[in-house]
Amino acid sequence: MEKQTYSRRFFLSTSSMAAAAVALIPGNVKAFYKNVKKRFIPAKSVNTLSLTINQKQYTVQADTRTTLLDLLREQLQLTGSKKGCDHGQCGACTVHVNGERVLSCLTLAALVQNQPITTIEGLAEGDQLHPMQQAFIECDGFQCGYCTPGQIMSAVACVKEGHTHSVEEIKEFMSGNLCRCGAYNGIVESIQKVAAR
Amino acid sequence: MKTTPAVGTPLSRIEGKQKVTGTARYAADYNVPGLLHGYVVNSPITKGRIVQVDTIPALAVEGVVEVLTHKNRPGLAWFDLQYTDMDAPPGTVFKPLHNADILYNGQPVALVVATSFETARYAATLIRFVWEEEPFDTCLQNHPEKARPAKKGFATALRPPPPKPTGNFEAAFANAAFTVDADYRHSTEHHNPIELFATTTIYEGNGKLTIYDKTQGTINNQLFVANVFGLHYKNVQVLAPFVGGAFGSGLRPQYQLFLCVMAALHLKRNVRVVLDRKQMFSLGHRPQSLQNLRFGADATGKLTAMSHLAVSETSQFEDYTEQVVAWSHKLYPAPNTLFDFKVVPLHLNTPIDMRAPGGCTGMHAIECAMDELAYRIGIDPLQLRLLNYSETDPSTGKPFTSKALKTCYLRAATQFDWFKRDGRPGVTTRGNKLVGYGMATGIWDAYQFPARVEAIITAEGKLVVHNATTDIGTGTLTVMTQIAADAMGLPVAAVTFEYGDSKKPFSMFQGGSAITASTGSAIMVTAEVLKKKLLKKAQSIPNSPLKNAGMEEVIFTNGTIRLRQTPRQAVSFKQIIAANNGKPIKTTRMGMPHAIKLRKYTKATHSACFVEVEVDKDLKTITVTRAITAVAAGKIINPKTARSQISGSMVWGISKALHEETILDEHLGKYINTNLGEYHIPVHADINTLEVIFAEEEDTLINELGSKGVGEIGLVAMPAAIANAVFHATGKRVNKLPIHFDELL
Repeated sequence: MEKQTYSRRFFLSTSSMAAAAVALIPGNVKAFYKNVKKRFIPAKSVNTLSLTINQKQYTVQADTRTTLLDLLREQLQLTGSKKGCDHGQCGACTVHVNGERVLSCLTLAALVQNQPITTIEGLAEGDQLHPMQQAFIECDGFQCGYCTPGQIMSAVACVKEGHTHSVEEIKEFMSGNLCRCGAYNGIVESIQKVAAR
Repeated sequence: MKTTPAVGTPLSRIEGKQKVTGTARYAADYNVPGLLHGYVVNSPITKGRIVQVDTIPALAVEGVVEVLTHKNRPGLAWFDLQYTDMDAPPGTVFKPLHNADILYNGQPVALVVATSFETARYAATLIRFVWEEEPFDTCLQNHPEKARPAKKGFATALRPPPPKPTGNFEAAFANAAFTVDADYRHSTEHHNPIELFATTTIYEGNGKLTIYDKTQGTINNQLFVANVFGLHYKNVQVLAPFVGGAFGSGLRPQYQLFLCVMAALHLKRNVRVVLDRKQMFSLGHRPQSLQNLRFGADATGKLTAMSHLAVSETSQFEDYTEQVVAWSHKLYPAPNTLFDFKVVPLHLNTPIDMRAPGGCTGMHAIECAMDELAYRIGIDPLQLRLLNYSETDPSTGKPFTSKALKTCYLRAATQFDWFKRDGRPGVTTRGNKLVGYGMATGIWDAYQFPARVEAIITAEGKLVVHNATTDIGTGTLTVMTQIAADAMGLPVAAVTFEYGDSKKPFSMFQGGSAITASTGSAIMVTAEVLKKKLLKKAQSIPNSPLKNAGMEEVIFTNGTIRLRQTPRQAVSFKQIIAANNGKPIKTTRMGMPHAIKLRKYTKATHSACFVEVEVDKDLKTITVTRAITAVAAGKIINPKTARSQISGSMVWGISKALHEETILDEHLGKYINTNLGEYHIPVHADINTLEVIFAEEEDTLINELGSKGVGEIGLVAMPAAIANAVFHATGKRVNKLPIHFDELL
């Protein structure tokens, strides 16, 4: 078998041809990429969502990127749920979905359609405050009130989950809700009060 | 028939129901028709300039209305003075989008305005900048030679320069029987209220704006907007009925207000701008600081020499200062003192007051040095404080208007069982935990600002009181209602306090623990005048039983004016208004601090804090297991809200001592832990029961109320008490805050 050798000329001619071929690609790739993007990544999409919030039925048009929190606040005028970080770090946006506490800032609105959602606005029955709301007022479980809706939604869930056997347990299961005013003592007291009922 | 006094009772917050039902509306909660959403773009570089900016890709996004940068922003006020606010430090105020220069990392450089928040946020990522970076310096420690005295200006009235030296410090220190020489270091902190800074501007047309803003001063921001945008101040209404915490960050108009108003005026539309958590770290901060303390005492433990030197950071454009070094001489007499405070201008944003500014920084160092001195001398730390206790202000020789600090010490120490502790460090244990007990003193100025109040008796015989102050969670609404109710002899239910609106009579910003004393005293003054007016009108009623009665012969109770001697002889407020043809009777008065009378006195609140910590023997993790703060702040208007103020600031004390710190990367010139996951503040699990004691303190001099503020005093003593307790537990002195477990390993 003849041993294959590569000449300098061969190298130059093949590499220049390859370079020319590569130079021709971008236009095609760009067009192809745009095609793919058009087909698979819609620039902006608006969906019709149907949600059950505080036992009321809502049908809304929303950007697919809309979180449950932004939907509640911007479109449904349910501004009780608060945005403190938008990253699931502060708990101010806590609501109940299917009776369980979730961070509405980390929940896409489109994913909780037709599931019962309760926000702070849906906790009281008419003028009758929920016992937890009453306890927060009595024990001064808040100061500025901004984290309060989230604290109360978490507190109600904490009692329901049965995580109230000790102060330590309450504090552990409430640690996802930050309070910068430092009303922690009053909040724990409120939960103990409701749990004891 | 007498109305029970409301002042001194633990009334629950009047706005409580709104806050627990989610109906309390904050600055970002106003959804008005046709609202546009603004999203701010911040500079990723620390110093330099914008060479080029391309906004076309962002503008191409469907739903984007406008992108404002320094290139296309509308014309603005020319003079720096027009951008100056009530709390602006001396220097040249920062003007957003003014030019291409970048002064600090995170500086706002563009605003994207779109029909939805999601669109604005997305489009903001498409703006292309070309930056020209310049070398910068953000490190305080590396440049002690750059330290210089701070410039003086208008806002330094509340922050006097360091006191002059007395005696001969160096000689006295050299001859002292016992000495302490220690350096202290504090990290940057950010306020991080849970509410994000937000402004909703409603464009009313004809140069009129209604603005819902997150602020501690409605009038401060109203004047700022009017000055900068050339509007008549009467056409700008700033409202802040609910403020989700601020802790000092709302003392100055922040850039979201500026950008939101600019966009609203430019587009003639309603606009809202909400910052995100990362952007909250670009609003100003508690500055890093370095302190050196040298205390000397004679053989008996009496202080003979005190030196306190501090260096703090500021920006390149403003000289922010705080009162760090003056405190020790307001507490302890020493014939030889030396105080100095300097600033180092860095390429960072200007710091801004953060809860107990300067006080909790300086007092941490002072009270740790006192603890160290007690151990040097071999006496109990509390004993050393009592040995150097002064009934008058040692720095001026003036008496205090009141000072119940000794009561604070003794009541808190007794409740804490302080005297049972084994003073030797590192010997008390509980299972696998080292146990430490520490104490410290707190002091804070008792300020009062001028305030104006309007009080109206309505046709229903009820009282409405107006003042522009905010309620940032301190309980202002509740407390003012109580004060007004008692002042007019009405039940709380018959009183409405209306606030949080720049259209209402004057109030300074809500800072310095001053609002209760300021607006509260103004209510007292106004009520006196209103009562005279009511009596006069009551006497004009035909056959009035009050005819010829002087003010001292009548009592105001339960909505009536009665003769003191024959209380059945009475005229009700309703009757008086009826006699006034149903027209409400009102009066407006200014409440002023008694500056001339009080020149002869020092005004201060005091506190004593006792803390127990547990330190894990192996892991060295630190837990504050018990803490008591006793506070002497004159009359406590509402023990419930005041207690929350103190226990809340005790949480801040724990946070400052053990948790919170913004970490600055000196190579990038930027803060790197800009989120609530990495910027640690205490969570429920970090906080145990916090005990609060209010020491009885009668103060007839300070103001009409006899009350001093409680917003900040609870934070002042706590960090030092914790640091001292950590020393007692471990035998190690960590003179930097926050104290992390690795420093004890």
